Amino acid sequence: MGEDIKVQLYTTMVRIRTYEEAILREYHRDKSPVFDIGAGRIPGEMHLSAGQEPVAAGLCAHLRPDDAITAPHRPHHLALAHGVDMKRMTAEIFGRESGLGRGKGGHMHLFDPAVHFGCSGIIAQGAPTAVGAALAFKRQGSDRVAVSVVGEGAANQGGFHESLNLASLWRLPVVFVIEDNGWGISVPRSASTSVPSNIDRAAGYAMPGELVEDNSVDGVYEAAGRAVTRARKGEGPTLLEIRTIRLWGHFEGDAQAYRGEELAQAQASDPLPIYEQRLLKDGLLDEAAVAAIKEQAVNEVEDAIAFALSSAEPAPEEALEDVFA
Amino acid sequence: MTVTDTTTNKPSSGVRRLTTARAMVEAIAQEMERDPSVFVMGEDVGAYGGIFGSTTGLLERFGSERVMDTPISETGFIGAGIGAAIEGMRPIVELMFVDFFGVCMDQIYNHMAKIHYESGGHVKVPMVLMAAVGGGYSDGAQHSQCLWGTFAHLPGMKVVVPSNPADAKGLMIAAIRDDNPVIYLFHKGVMGLPWMAKNSRAIGPVPEEPYELPIGKAAVVREGRDATVVTLSLSVHHTLDVADELAAQGIDVEVIDLRSLVPLDGETVLASVAKTGRLVVVDEDYRSFGLSGELAALIAEHDPGMLRAPLVRVAVPDVPIPYARPLERFVLPTPERIKSGIVSVVGR
Repeated sequence: MGEDIKVQLYTTMVRIRTYEEAILREYHRDKSPVFDIGAGRIPGEMHLSAGQEPVAAGLCAHLRPDDAITAPHRPHHLALAHGVDMKRMTAEIFGRESGLGRGKGGHMHLFDPAVHFGCSGIIAQGAPTAVGAALAFKRQGSDRVAVSVVGEGAANQGGFHESLNLASLWRLPVVFVIEDNGWGISVPRSASTSVPSNIDRAAGYAMPGELVEDNSVDGVYEAAGRAVTRARKGEGPTLLEIRTIRLWGHFEGDAQAYRGEELAQAQASDPLPIYEQRLLKDGLLDEAAVAAIKEQAVNEVEDAIAFALSSAEPAPEEALEDVFA
Repeated sequence: MTVTDTTTNKPSSGVRRLTTARAMVEAIAQEMERDPSVFVMGEDVGAYGGIFGSTTGLLERFGSERVMDTPISETGFIGAGIGAAIEGMRPIVELMFVDFFGVCMDQIYNHMAKIHYESGGHVKVPMVLMAAVGGGYSDGAQHSQCLWGTFAHLPGMKVVVPSNPADAKGLMIAAIRDDNPVIYLFHKGVMGLPWMAKNSRAIGPVPEEPYELPIGKAAVVREGRDATVVTLSLSVHHTLDVADELAAQGIDVEVIDLRSLVPLDGETVLASVAKTGRLVVVDEDYRSFGLSGELAALIAEHDPGMLRAPLVRVAVPDVPIPYARPLERFVLPTPERIKSGIVSVVGR
């Protein structure tokens, strides 16, 4: 791994964290003193990805804009790392006319065809469409790759297993990524999953599986590099599992009483300060560089929020449009 | 005319006749010739040729890359169709029996039907999901349903239901060329299968050149003055047979074959009911919360005074489709039930 790559991964993670912190702030800005999920400038469920930045940064560093990703209900980190337009994504989250989906999708349904990014709010159900994108890429004779990102809870869904079987059977260029943050809302992996690790399931579909145990962005980068290269060379799918952490609740408003001591442990394992310290210690960054990266991220994110807030809400009757092409 | 070949027959007039199944295959083949992005996948669509003959001969002609047998993984392969459609292909995906929708409905209605809308119109999903529907041959509650009302209820999918070979071809070509997801439901009883009772119109004239039948246009398949029967699929043929019979008794029935449920051709229905003042809906789907209620609402919203007699519904009376022959015949819209519905609405 080159030094430039490490700085790039760090920068991507800072950009994501800055974004999620700003969305957190905007989401809760007008939801107090009484929390009403449907109130405020950002209504609805909000699943933020703080702690899971290493997955997006390490994975997407290997992808081209013409590679496809299907993200789950917690999609912001993946969208940003894959190059989804931050302004239009933010406008969508704020329900504005200038949003990616002109206000019809919302934060769980971000679609940006310019970078072949899509989402599904239904657990595991982005996996089959990633298989289909890979099938198209193969038929079209390209070396494009499709990536399905799901949580560890999705690995107990039928659609996930059907997708692994199809991708392996048809030797498709798919990378299946399980972001294992340990929690399916309130249910820990130990209470949901019969195997010690989900990569044990890769053998059942005759594909390689690789586990990154420590939420390290370097580890993700290297494992994802092997998987993406394999897919691009036509050697078929790979299953990756990243043991990551959910720093915040399943969704905003989740009091997380079920997490107990694990929550403090997770917060002590925040990957961002850990990586930052390493790069400082290794001399890849200095304090001035860190400050500059953070400042740039803040400026970009605040510009995106300003863009969203300055955009018009859709006219109500636009609800009737776009059902059909 | 005596039809000796069960799949194709060229009478002396030179009008070529095909079964509905062969007409569908011809449509798919012509589109595959024209457009390399069109491909077929599903269970037993390859060497078997489709359990109901909808893909017979395609594998031999186009090879296994474009005519793909799938594992029994409907969520997986319907989702794969969606993903491929988003990325520039035009898949035709077969769900063998529509009854199997239960294992894959999330992909159908949460993904196939919604992605265009959720994306604000930026992502198109041009695919055809075809499935066999209908009963009448004792296949029981899980292999005999029509369910078109279920799909039509959920926004984002066009729903077409051909009743004869020529329509089957034109609607298939239109469905493949459409930029939207199209559910294409073919009744086993109109396919002209050699191993199932056929109606006489399951083999009919089909133009050889490719042509589109516009989705959303009903056909007045018989003109009449005394009552309108709105129906679709196999029930069109039962109704036409009954109408011939009733003509001898002086009852002149107009028969509308809807051909599409989404979009619904309300104009054609209203024009006919305005003329006859009497409406019978014949629907092989369940009675409540479906097509027949929708047509009643169409009239009530347009002009409740149009009907000179109460609307009559001949539909499956809200029970699962039973197995034993007398039970199944009791619940399906048989010619006897259709006849009695028309007679009662006409009041003679």
